[in-house]
Amino acid sequence: MAQVLVLVDHVDGAVRKTTSELLTLAARLGEPAAVFVGNGYENAAGALAEFGATAVYTVDASVNDYLVLAKAEALAAVVEAAGGASALAAVLIPSSAEGKEVAARLALKLDSGLITDAIDVRAGEGGGVATTQAAFAGGFAVDATVTKGLPVVTVKPNAVEPQPVAGGSVPEATAVAVELSDLAKAVRVVERKAKAKSGRPDLTEAAIVVSGGRGTNGDFSKVEAFADSLGAAVGASRAAVDSGWYPHSNQVGQTGKQVSPQLYVACGISGAIQHRAGMQTSKTIVAINKDPEAPIFELADFGVVGDLFAVLPQATDEVTKRKG
Amino acid sequence: MKIVVCVKHVPDAQGDRRFAGDGTVDRAGVDGLLSELDEYAVEEALKLSEANDGSTVTVVTVGPDGASDAVRKSLQMGADAGVHVVDDALHGSDAFATSLVLAKAIATLEYDVVITGMASTDAGMSVVPALVADRLGLPQVTFAGSLSIEGDGPGAKVVIERDGDAFTEVVEAALPALVSVTDQINEPRYPSFKGIMAAKKKPVTTLSLADLGVSADEVGLGAAWTSVAGVTQRPPRAAGTVVTDEGDGGAKLVEFLAGAKLV
Repeated sequence: MAQVLVLVDHVDGAVRKTTSELLTLAARLGEPAAVFVGNGYENAAGALAEFGATAVYTVDASVNDYLVLAKAEALAAVVEAAGGASALAAVLIPSSAEGKEVAARLALKLDSGLITDAIDVRAGEGGGVATTQAAFAGGFAVDATVTKGLPVVTVKPNAVEPQPVAGGSVPEATAVAVELSDLAKAVRVVERKAKAKSGRPDLTEAAIVVSGGRGTNGDFSKVEAFADSLGAAVGASRAAVDSGWYPHSNQVGQTGKQVSPQLYVACGISGAIQHRAGMQTSKTIVAINKDPEAPIFELADFGVVGDLFAVLPQATDEVTKRKG
Repeated sequence: MKIVVCVKHVPDAQGDRRFAGDGTVDRAGVDGLLSELDEYAVEEALKLSEANDGSTVTVVTVGPDGASDAVRKSLQMGADAGVHVVDDALHGSDAFATSLVLAKAIATLEYDVVITGMASTDAGMSVVPALVADRLGLPQVTFAGSLSIEGDGPGAKVVIERDGDAFTEVVEAALPALVSVTDQINEPRYPSFKGIMAAKKKPVTTLSLADLGVSADEVGLGAAWTSVAGVTQRPPRAAGTVVTDEGDGGAKLVEFLAGAKLV
């Protein structure tokens, strides 16, 4: 079976959940082969084998000193090392802002079709790769196929439940040398500051997300306490972020993160189209808002008309009690 | 400084957006406007222009006749000139074809920096800036939350800050370069009455594919490297239960979660 390249998303070898999802999807199309760029492969090897990687290509960490084009060139070199585009079934890349740009430039290099933000990936009926994407704030589902070259697909988090593979053994890594172009080196990261960690799950990967909006009046303490009782990530509406109440990296919406957790709790968020675009595909939606006319209630499986500063503390206590 | 801004005319997100029968975005039957995320690119270009005497801002768009609205809005905000590539063969173009045509149109202009928004608000793939940079052979410096130009002449460089999940990064590249900007970078201005009047006299160049030396079979639905097999409108989410808090709202909420096995 042809190999399916999966770009591993990791920090120093700590593999993120999206990678196990991509490996699970890759197995539907061919032999999952992980592409590991950077340091710490020894820490990642076990997790990659557990989710079915049958081959691994490693690329030197110096690629990470540069941005998008360097990574696209690295992937192109791996494609060559793996026998060329015609020998492979697909390339799967996590759907982050950078992942999409890397995918686009790789696809252009390979003269190949590109699908971004897939929420499902499967073998096409007549061969090839078929995908599903959400469009127009989640109001439509679009099924598409790649008709040219080696399909390059970026996949959103939570597209599939990761499936561990029994008896997977750690594959031997093939180191791939990359000669970066001058243009790739022309864009330099001159400073990289790590952000403080919240200790909460990653917003796009979390099973539960609790978000606050204008109704918090800038006080996210009750939102955070409820999130912590559920082990949830914390999100914020654009109104809350624009007011400086919460960091932009936590924004849920068209211009922030698009999340699709098992449970989304919207607190003091009216539900403008900008916000709906980021959360409408959540499995279950719960809303708390003082305004009974707020459009968020049209989406909510369960809604409470009330003050979040009264409702959330009671709910937090109740969850804590039940968890005993 | 010569500044070029790429803009897109998109269906209004507040309206009833839909797909046409051929799987493309319905642009004819829905009100359109300058993509909100492109306003930040126009604003940043105007700020750069105001800070550097003798600068010009030229906006470039690719799209059907109605797309000239996006150019006009940019001119009303303060851009100096517009370029509109319009051709029936463009219908259904994918990101690769769009980036090809944009790059060819930009190549007819002088530029030190090309500025774009972070994504369109309709297709929202967010890849056209990277592809235009690729086609023009420019350094790509994308998702800028702040932007400054340091030095001038041959040594000039663009320096941006970008806000990622795990890091904030400072990134730089020599000019000419392509920069995409986020909605965090500025507060776009509204066109003034004076700006609206002045825009009527500003030059807009209309170009066809032939003018750019692009053949019709390189663009459009037929040249797309992917194919839409079907579009399904999601059933509207069924309205659920709404209760009014009478001192027990939090408890009822958790009861619902427990019933759905979510706690």
